[in-house]
Amino acid sequence: MEHTDLLIDWSRAQFALTALYHWLFVPLTLGLTFIVAIMETIYVRTGDIWWKKTTKFWMGLLAINFAIGLATGIIMEFEFGTNWSNYAWIVGDIFGAPLAIEGLMAFFMESTFFAVMFFGWDKVSKKMHLTSTWLVAIGSNLSALWILIANGWMQHPVGMHFNPDTARNEMENFWEVFFNPNGVSKFLHTVSSGYVLASLFVIAISAWYLLKNRNILFAKRSIIVASSFGLITSLFLLTSGDESAFQVAQEQPMKLAAMEGLYIGEERAGIVAMGLLNTEKVLGDENDVFHFKFEIPNALSFLGYHSLDAFVPGIHDLVYGNKEHHIISVSQKMQKGKKAVEALKHYKTYKKEGNSKKAIEALKVFEANQAYMGYGYLNKPEDAVPNVALTFYSFHTMVGLGTWFLLLFILTLYFSMNNQIAQKKWLLYAGLFTLPMGYIAQEAGWIVAEAGRQPWAIQDLLPVGMAASNVASTSVMITFWLFAVLFTGLLIAEIKIMLKQIKIGPEGAHEHV
Amino acid sequence: MFDSISLYSLEVYWWLLVSILGALFVFMTFVQGGQTLLNTLAKTEDEKDLIINVLGRKWELSFSALVMFGGALFAAFPLFYAVSFGGAYYVWMAILFCFIIQAVAYEYRKKPDNVYGQIFYEKLLFINGSLGIFLIGVALGTLYTGGYFIVDEMHLSHWTKQSYGLEALLVPFNVAFGLMLFFISRITASLYFYNHLCHRKIEKRVLQTLKHNTLAFLPLFLYVAITMLLQDGYTYDPITKVVTIESMKILHNFTVYPILFTILIIGVGLVLYGIYLALQKQNKKAFWVAGIGFVVTVTLLLFILGINHTVFYPSLANMQSSLTIENSSGSHYTLVVMSIVSLLIPIVLGYIFFVWRSMDKTQMTIEEIKSDPHHY
Repeated sequence: MEHTDLLIDWSRAQFALTALYHWLFVPLTLGLTFIVAIMETIYVRTGDIWWKKTTKFWMGLLAINFAIGLATGIIMEFEFGTNWSNYAWIVGDIFGAPLAIEGLMAFFMESTFFAVMFFGWDKVSKKMHLTSTWLVAIGSNLSALWILIANGWMQHPVGMHFNPDTARNEMENFWEVFFNPNGVSKFLHTVSSGYVLASLFVIAISAWYLLKNRNILFAKRSIIVASSFGLITSLFLLTSGDESAFQVAQEQPMKLAAMEGLYIGEERAGIVAMGLLNTEKVLGDENDVFHFKFEIPNALSFLGYHSLDAFVPGIHDLVYGNKEHHIISVSQKMQKGKKAVEALKHYKTYKKEGNSKKAIEALKVFEANQAYMGYGYLNKPEDAVPNVALTFYSFHTMVGLGTWFLLLFILTLYFSMNNQIAQKKWLLYAGLFTLPMGYIAQEAGWIVAEAGRQPWAIQDLLPVGMAASNVASTSVMITFWLFAVLFTGLLIAEIKIMLKQIKIGPEGAHEHV
Repeated sequence: MFDSISLYSLEVYWWLLVSILGALFVFMTFVQGGQTLLNTLAKTEDEKDLIINVLGRKWELSFSALVMFGGALFAAFPLFYAVSFGGAYYVWMAILFCFIIQAVAYEYRKKPDNVYGQIFYEKLLFINGSLGIFLIGVALGTLYTGGYFIVDEMHLSHWTKQSYGLEALLVPFNVAFGLMLFFISRITASLYFYNHLCHRKIEKRVLQTLKHNTLAFLPLFLYVAITMLLQDGYTYDPITKVVTIESMKILHNFTVYPILFTILIIGVGLVLYGIYLALQKQNKKAFWVAGIGFVVTVTLLLFILGINHTVFYPSLANMQSSLTIENSSGSHYTLVVMSIVSLLIPIVLGYIFFVWRSMDKTQMTIEEIKSDPHHY
């Protein structure tokens, strides 16, 4: 099925819009649910009513964020049908399962115990309330687990085979899908990034109180909890990030090359710590890739292959092939892919006509070329290259900011432990202004993951052009703008409500305990 | 355990589960029905808060039920997911719109600095409860009346009408189905309020709305039920898979499975008995009686479409493209996996029941709302 470029662009834009908006809210929920669970645990263990007040304040902010996260999340599930209906058939047999399991295992847990967490303070026992708070945290993280298993599968499809009779991929090993290394590292990296963001959120608000010289004890204690949580989870984020990069190198070398702006592959490849891409650069020309760059030698080889001397293929190698390193070119893959697509069509025709001999022959041709079937839908080899600048800058923004967050947590924890945090105005301002950077890092991470693997909806198997629904591009354009206006309107309300609640402060929550 | 079960049996099992989930969602739409009754039942600000808060304890469950319904359809019948969602694009997008606005409305309605004001969020709740539920009803109605789609030899689908699903609004049966769902949601909402609220004036008004909405519901239900039973349906040959038209297909299915017809009658009976209990006996348990009745009835009305070689989503553009549980399902392996996962359903229902009971031990009052700083 041929789709117009316009339809594909609008379908992608709508999904990107939904995903980016959704991700403005989810990481905070992932982390803040745990932070309030920790605070409530302290309350239940010590019986100190002060911790109950503090828990309630953060819970109030969580509720504002939670609602809009749900609102944007529901669309994503249904968009796999509305905007990616070919995808829904071609891989739905595998992809649908984690989504359904997410609904059953996670959403009901979250929604059931959410009501207890917010409205059950005087209706259930202390212990049941605490259990409910933990179950909301576990539920929201379970939800992330299943959706990231699904996403990990898109990046590295495993545990399935292609059934030519149904013309789709079918699951053959659930555990391979579940324990897909890409999904596991993606889950760990993503949820830990949520914990880091929630820690930044608590620190920023607490820092603002300290700068305003109000709620001193509340702010100081909150900073200690958030800095400790943030420091531990940042280290975890770093480790899981390393594992993620390793996975990318193995399964998505084109993405890794784009992340580093590496056009010509090299041994002992370095990581660009900082660099400015040359916008004139086109694949295959002689222009320099960078105007300038600072590089850490051997680091990319080590990151990608855990060896300082390893060869890291560049975009040029991956597109045009590299005999020395046994990399076949995209055009060769396209030839095989087109053979597979044609053979599948013939197989279906012969089957329909009842010509089983010819059908078997066609099937053999299909099976011999099936591994590259996805490439059969590409128009030219260069289509296999993602947007290098977008991937490169997003990746470096994410890594740079992640490093700064780690440093921030060390500093806030150190000065909190020495009880000097309230005097360190520069650090408080840094804590305050780091919060938006936390959101930028979150979004940048997803841009690397998703834009970096273009043109694939399913890596090497199904390009986005083949995955989209057969609807008119104007229809998608209309819904895109409707969503854009609605989400933006809701975001404005969310931010204003959140800021107001922060201004009111924990006293508001404390009055009614 | 499930491995040895045939693919067809698994398809029937999953169609039953999808039908139950759909019915549970319809039951949970009392939240939406309640939203549309806000201004009818509440005359003061305190009363409004009471209504919103008693619904607010349950809105996430209704949201989850919808998501679960969608997820189960995706996993078990991916071709339906692709054909209907990708084809009837505008209808599903409008439904999604109506649900996005619900999620935030409860939380933001009374918050200071909410930008658009309280009334705006109450209007969002009304749109969700009215248009959202009506459109879901229209979409469900198309399972009986069909859609304009073609499925090609690669199982990829195309919609043949540029109105992408909106044409379903021109079919009287679909419209009646949508309106019927709307009134069901208002009936269950009235019964829910009657069961969950302690407020004399509202209780009195609730009985009035229950009466009015039942009067609106009954003729619609009769029209839908009679049309459904007597209209031409679509059947397929189990061997050749060729789809043909069969007159009174649904009625035929019920005569083949009289036990299902008996259960359907019991379901309808429970609905009517529940309404009678509330109106005539002022019995607060009526919510559960009618609620179970609605779940049973809707389950049966959906389930009957998937058995006895019936087409559950007819194609009006090319009859042979019509969807059946056999040609639209997941693979045997996936259905086995999902069936094992389905064993969790009783656990989930169990904790929902436990929490519901713990949280709703007593009826909600205005005083309770006022004493809770985290109320909506």
